[in-house]
Amino acid sequence: MSTLELREVSAGYRDRTVVSGVTVTAGRGSWLAIIGPNGAGKSTLLKAVAGLVQCTGEVVLDGRPAAGLGHRERARAVGYAPQSPELPEGLTVTDYVLLGRTPHLGPLARESGRDLRIVRDALARLDLDGLAGRSLRTLSGGERQRAVLARVLAQQAGLLLLDEPTTGLDIGHAQALLDLVDRLRRDEGVTVVSTLHDLTLAAQYADQVVLVDQGRVVAAGVPGRVLTPELLATHYDARVSVLTAPDGSPVVAPVRREVVAEADPVSEATAALRPDSTVDQ
Amino acid sequence: MAMTAHPEPQSNLRTHSHPDPAPASVPGPDADPAAPLPAATRLTAVHLLVAIALLTGVVTGAVLFGAIDLGAFRVLAEVFAQLTGGTSPLSEREAAILWQLRVPRVVLACLVGAALAGSGAAFQGVFRNPMADPYLLGAASGAGLGATLVMVIAPQTRDWLIGPLPVAAFVGALGGVALSWLIGRSAGNGTVTLVLAGVAVTSFLTAVSMFVQQTHVDSLREVYAWLFGGVATSGWREVLVVLPYVVLASAVLWGCGRLLDVLGLGDEEARALGLRPGRVRAAVLLAASLATAAAVAMTGLIGFVGFVVPHIVRRTVAGSYRVVLPLSLFVGAVFLVLADIVARTVLAPGELPVGVVTAFTGAPFFALVLRGSKGRQR
Repeated sequence: MSTLELREVSAGYRDRTVVSGVTVTAGRGSWLAIIGPNGAGKSTLLKAVAGLVQCTGEVVLDGRPAAGLGHRERARAVGYAPQSPELPEGLTVTDYVLLGRTPHLGPLARESGRDLRIVRDALARLDLDGLAGRSLRTLSGGERQRAVLARVLAQQAGLLLLDEPTTGLDIGHAQALLDLVDRLRRDEGVTVVSTLHDLTLAAQYADQVVLVDQGRVVAAGVPGRVLTPELLATHYDARVSVLTAPDGSPVVAPVRREVVAEADPVSEATAALRPDSTVDQ
Repeated sequence: MAMTAHPEPQSNLRTHSHPDPAPASVPGPDADPAAPLPAATRLTAVHLLVAIALLTGVVTGAVLFGAIDLGAFRVLAEVFAQLTGGTSPLSEREAAILWQLRVPRVVLACLVGAALAGSGAAFQGVFRNPMADPYLLGAASGAGLGATLVMVIAPQTRDWLIGPLPVAAFVGALGGVALSWLIGRSAGNGTVTLVLAGVAVTSFLTAVSMFVQQTHVDSLREVYAWLFGGVATSGWREVLVVLPYVVLASAVLWGCGRLLDVLGLGDEEARALGLRPGRVRAAVLLAASLATAAAVAMTGLIGFVGFVVPHIVRRTVAGSYRVVLPLSLFVGAVFLVLADIVARTVLAPGELPVGVVTAFTGAPFFALVLRGSKGRQR
């Protein structure tokens, strides 16, 4: 049984349709990366799954139409981390992560010891236990991103929607965060749908990549099938080489338009790649 | 390690890489089940005990303190006598001063201070704006217009047992908020449009009030005395009118602290957590506006309490609305009782409008709190 199915989903804001006729499936424990140029509709597609924008077509969660779920029930099934989350500066890290328990509580209920245990586990998973009492205001960019993920984990949803989760993170922190998400889906069967601007990271972590352009799916499949110089040139208007990493996953490397071959070794190396694998616009 | 062009494995691109560098943050295991639970910010018994002790102390001082010295022990003996049915040490006149003037005045100051500070905290939470106060949506200007109209059109009603002035101020306050709400809703569903609508309504109603005042200059002094606010002529009637609104609003706001923390994430994330932000906002604003309208109707416009008290709590205790909302109720009461003591002291036997005192003492005090909390901002 798949965890997420989108059938002919169109979504947008008021009278503006941003994504049209999207049909994709993500199996339990899989990682689906949505890629595409700026303004393609990636974030809107995630919001459609979370029920945050007007939507036609069918979003099916664990075999059940999402439209039939109540607000809190849907929030228990789908965890959503936006691209630019708002972190109320007056809260401590613990207070903030505790807000992830909201879908599990009645409107006026207080959190129980069980909720606090779940928060403690989420903090530990993200190495935030040492910062539990700190104000959000004092956190670095990487710590804030981890706090956001901890809040989503505390929600205990089977489907995680992560909108550009590595924005603002250095490569070490980005890898650490994606490794954690990867472990979650492998160990606990959590399904992940994320947008990612870094195509190499998308290729390394996702089972499936969906390329969206102008609100429509233009390619979908395993990373090696979607991340080709031709498709990226067509839809990103970009010049890239696609290399192969030792583990066999594609590595997308941008290529400058003007290359002075004799300037330095790196330019030489790039120039050497051009004839075979670069599509120049 | 060589990286090769894809799909043809031909490249002389070389990179240096560590086989498996330790990331900055390795995903950790679940916490040890025996590990202590993290401490969430909550209203504790200590918070409550300190707040109650502070309020009790200030109220006692305010009741004992006055132009006529009743004697602290005699007042305490009077209270004891009332509780036990014993003989009062006070004369009939002294007992009247105590029970018909001082006590209702102090109780009203408590209720109005709590209403304004609690509502201010609620408004700041709903609008996620530290500049918000209970008058943001036009409650003050609406009440001001209602009161001005009554004073200008029917000045003789000031001494009626149930005068139209508080009713007009109450209706004006709620009317101002309702108008802002309607205009804000018609322009969209966001808090920004609501605030802008509040600004527009406030400006408009204030302009109407000023026009009415300028065409009836003979009433100006009375109007301005009301606008500056005060609890000087308060009796039990005012207390009884305000009490139900303040109790209702306090109960709603006390219960909504966690929900206001969720609203702090923004509407989108709040909805992703299963909350309906519009409903929470409507319930909180209705409760806060009712309390504000009732307070304004009885005491006129007392500024600064609703703005400054939530910040004092936030910067000295905690930033979560679970704490800010309930403690603002207590600290607002303490603040206004203290301001009223100052108001009836500095020009004795005359009195200053308490609104002047709250602004005059509140602003520098707030500046001190801001300075004191530097480096440990919450």
